[in-house]
Amino acid sequence: MGPVESLKYFIPELIILCGAFGAFLLDFAVRNKRAVGIFSLFVMAAAAFAMKNPAGETLSLFYGFFHLDVFAHWFRIFALIAVSVTLMLAMDYPPLKNRYEGEFYGLFLFMAFALITVAAANNLLMIFLAVEFVSLLSYLLTGFLKHDPKAKEAAVKYLLFGSVCSGIMLYGISLLYGAAGSIELGHVWQTLRSPSMSALGTVGVLCFFAGLGFKISMAPFHMWAPDVYEGAPTPVTAFLTVGPKALGFAVFTRVLITVFSPSFAHWGVVLTALSMLTMTIGNLTAISQTNIKRFFAYSSIAQAGYILMGLAVFSPLGQNAVMIYLFAYLFTNLGAFAVVCLVEGASGKSNISDYAGLSERSPATAFFMTVFLLSLTGIPPLAGFIGKYYVFAAAIEGKAIALAVVAAVNSAVAAYYYFRIIRVMYLVPKAETQPTFGTSPLYPKIVLWLMSAGVVTLGLFPGYFIKLLFG
Amino acid sequence: MTSHLLSWITFTPLIGAFVLLCLPKRAHDWIRWIALATTAITAGLVCLAFPLFRASESGFQLVERAMWIPQFNIQYLLGMDGISFPMVFLTALISIMACLGSLAHIRVKGGREKEYYFLFLLLETGIMGTFLALDLFLFYIFWEVVLVPMYFLIGIWGGPRKEYAAIKFFLYTLAGSLFMLLGILAVYFGSEPRTFDMTLLASMKYGLVFQKIVFLAFFLGFAIKVPIFPFHTWLPDAHVEAPTPISVILAGVLLKMGTYGFLRFSYPLFPDAARWFQPAMGVLAVIGIIYGGFVALAQTDFKKMVAYSSVSHMGFVLLGLAAMNADGFRGALLQMFSHGTITGGLFLLVGVLYDRAHTRDLNDFGGLGEKMPVYAGILIFFSLASLGLPGLSGFVSEFLTLLGSFQYSKLMTGLAAIGILLAATYLLYMIQRILLGKLNPKWSSLPDINYLELSTLVPLMIFILGIGLYPKIILDYMIPTLDGLLKTMGGAV
Repeated sequence: MGPVESLKYFIPELIILCGAFGAFLLDFAVRNKRAVGIFSLFVMAAAAFAMKNPAGETLSLFYGFFHLDVFAHWFRIFALIAVSVTLMLAMDYPPLKNRYEGEFYGLFLFMAFALITVAAANNLLMIFLAVEFVSLLSYLLTGFLKHDPKAKEAAVKYLLFGSVCSGIMLYGISLLYGAAGSIELGHVWQTLRSPSMSALGTVGVLCFFAGLGFKISMAPFHMWAPDVYEGAPTPVTAFLTVGPKALGFAVFTRVLITVFSPSFAHWGVVLTALSMLTMTIGNLTAISQTNIKRFFAYSSIAQAGYILMGLAVFSPLGQNAVMIYLFAYLFTNLGAFAVVCLVEGASGKSNISDYAGLSERSPATAFFMTVFLLSLTGIPPLAGFIGKYYVFAAAIEGKAIALAVVAAVNSAVAAYYYFRIIRVMYLVPKAETQPTFGTSPLYPKIVLWLMSAGVVTLGLFPGYFIKLLFG
Repeated sequence: MTSHLLSWITFTPLIGAFVLLCLPKRAHDWIRWIALATTAITAGLVCLAFPLFRASESGFQLVERAMWIPQFNIQYLLGMDGISFPMVFLTALISIMACLGSLAHIRVKGGREKEYYFLFLLLETGIMGTFLALDLFLFYIFWEVVLVPMYFLIGIWGGPRKEYAAIKFFLYTLAGSLFMLLGILAVYFGSEPRTFDMTLLASMKYGLVFQKIVFLAFFLGFAIKVPIFPFHTWLPDAHVEAPTPISVILAGVLLKMGTYGFLRFSYPLFPDAARWFQPAMGVLAVIGIIYGGFVALAQTDFKKMVAYSSVSHMGFVLLGLAAMNADGFRGALLQMFSHGTITGGLFLLVGVLYDRAHTRDLNDFGGLGEKMPVYAGILIFFSLASLGLPGLSGFVSEFLTLLGSFQYSKLMTGLAAIGILLAATYLLYMIQRILLGKLNPKWSSLPDINYLELSTLVPLMIFILGIGLYPKIILDYMIPTLDGLLKTMGGAV
């Protein structure tokens, strides 16, 4: 499909792009920067309305640079939810109030644009550009509070680590291009099918593991995550744990299916081992954390390990598992971060010890946090359990017994540290010095309700979601 | 209401729990009365099942079926048979008693009553659902739902080492049930057509290797819950630290979820593996019986002694299951019921004493028989029931299990009989140290048991005596189903 015809399917992207520039202009005009945030939310809503489910057919836009299919569609929805929720959390986040608040919203609209293009990107060049676009914005947003030394350090670390991983992926892309003479995914697939190319395919896929593994915080490319998650402003952390990660998985899935499926026998084992490694490292390190944001960083590494199970098995069920798990994780983690934002807003700190006696100071907040933590643990009937169920089912169906057993043991370990937070909230009495909770700000509260509704409905009526996502 | 009776039984406590959530925190009386009324209504609903349930038939009755997650063929499937009916009845009974016991409990009254009863009722829903679910997926959900309120009930209202006990209980059971989940998935993918429906799965045949592996996965989940030696270490901690009413539920009902799982799922699904593991099960049962008995004998803490006696008595259930014949199964299921009432009662009695003396050290007491005559009488009654005095329900069930196991292995039966001897020893030794001897002057002003406490114990005594004198009233409900189970397993009735 040519560019002019494609444009009518590109309306959500155009809305967001115009909205992003509009937000920057509005930032000059208005004194109350909150208005920019509300404007951005409207832009997101408009983009969501403009988005249509292609329902079965695959639209090839801009001469095949973008493939708009059901898979891309739901990841676009995912990206919109993640960005909208982050915008809502940011609007009541005190440290942002000092400066450049308007620009923050504008940058996030760009981020939304980048994310929804990633989901549809369908050739090597576009994939690299879209992923880099997301990365650059992530570096920028991580260091947004530029007078905070932790944020600065996090941003630099993120940048350096990310650049190396992108470089490796680019090298892999150049190898593939050299072999196939084309950046079309289909051509590369054709080339890799011949047995003589299997070694090249293996090298190529390993390069992609580095580049995309960095995005999804897969071990051993996870080292940046704890520092970045701790240093970044909390709403950005919330976003980083779901947004780029999910899109990393989207690209990963697309690349593995459309390019590297011939050499599954080679990389399947590697991915299985990396999945085990990722969840084990994440879980074991999470146990000893004292900062809640670092804690969630390691938890999110572990969760990435579970999600990888779906790809490591590489069956249709496994691919569905990735998407279901990501949606469950989206609701759960953003909800948990809404609580982190609330507590940070009330006490100014984000240590686990600041949650002591939360059940007395703010029973509702503690209750919501418990629901989200239980969902992360994988206790039915909550969304996290459906995700776990899916990846376990995929592993058992694929006869990956070792993987399933490692994941089961890991889940039990994970329960220990998730319950550490619950213990602090319910079993440890509040300290005298802890500030009382005032009335909670509006937007994080809305997020709490929406996300917990998502967690519970996905947990109780997964059939509806599955039908929606996969038809 | 009778058309969806099982759903009502399962979810009435949940409705009550949400009603509680809407009440203000300070409305203590309302909270208590609503909680108590909810357990009573649930028990009433269970009683409604008596005229509807045809005891002479072996299949599932009062079945409710609705598609829940069509993509995986997961159904909302509830049903009741002669195995689950006694357990459901026991749950309803013990829940009322525990709720009555909570009314006077110090730590519960001390604060956060609303949360307590909310979690209590949530727990009851989970247990009812576990006993009634016939879809493996649904069963797993209820099974897990039980864990969370239990964690909080021990963790918030427990004794000095409550946090340790609560997380230990939680992690142990969760680890076991995760392996069970893997087993459930293996069953699902091994069935043709793929289903979680127990009514269909029971008629499918699997290869022996597959059966053995999946049997072990289920075994981990159930064995930790029972608990079978060597997975029992969470039990003394949890039972001792939990507040009295929760210990009653733990010992009275929760442990039965494990043995119920064997009867409901492991045996009908994997009969060949069950036969293959029969000696192992028998050995573990005997170890549990003797080990639990000896450890109970060594305790100086009253509650810990009762906790370890549970390990020993649940060993008898396992022994009956391992026998895999008609008498063994009957004894096992009956022992599940009578252990629930007897040990539940003993934990309540521990609570009565602890509330007055604030210690459970057996060596600290003595001569309480004359200060608290009614208490003494009831304690002796429950102890005799527990050690298997003929005429009380403990005797009938233990006798039946031994009768069953004798047909399987004379050696194991002989060794298990030592357990009865041990039970007599530790229980009588306990009575001696508490009730007989010289009165410790510290306790000269202890009041006797009051009416509220009596009301929690007397109904249990009625059942213990009733079943002891005329076991047919309950066996009639169990036998057709158990015989049917044996037939599907290919054994002789």
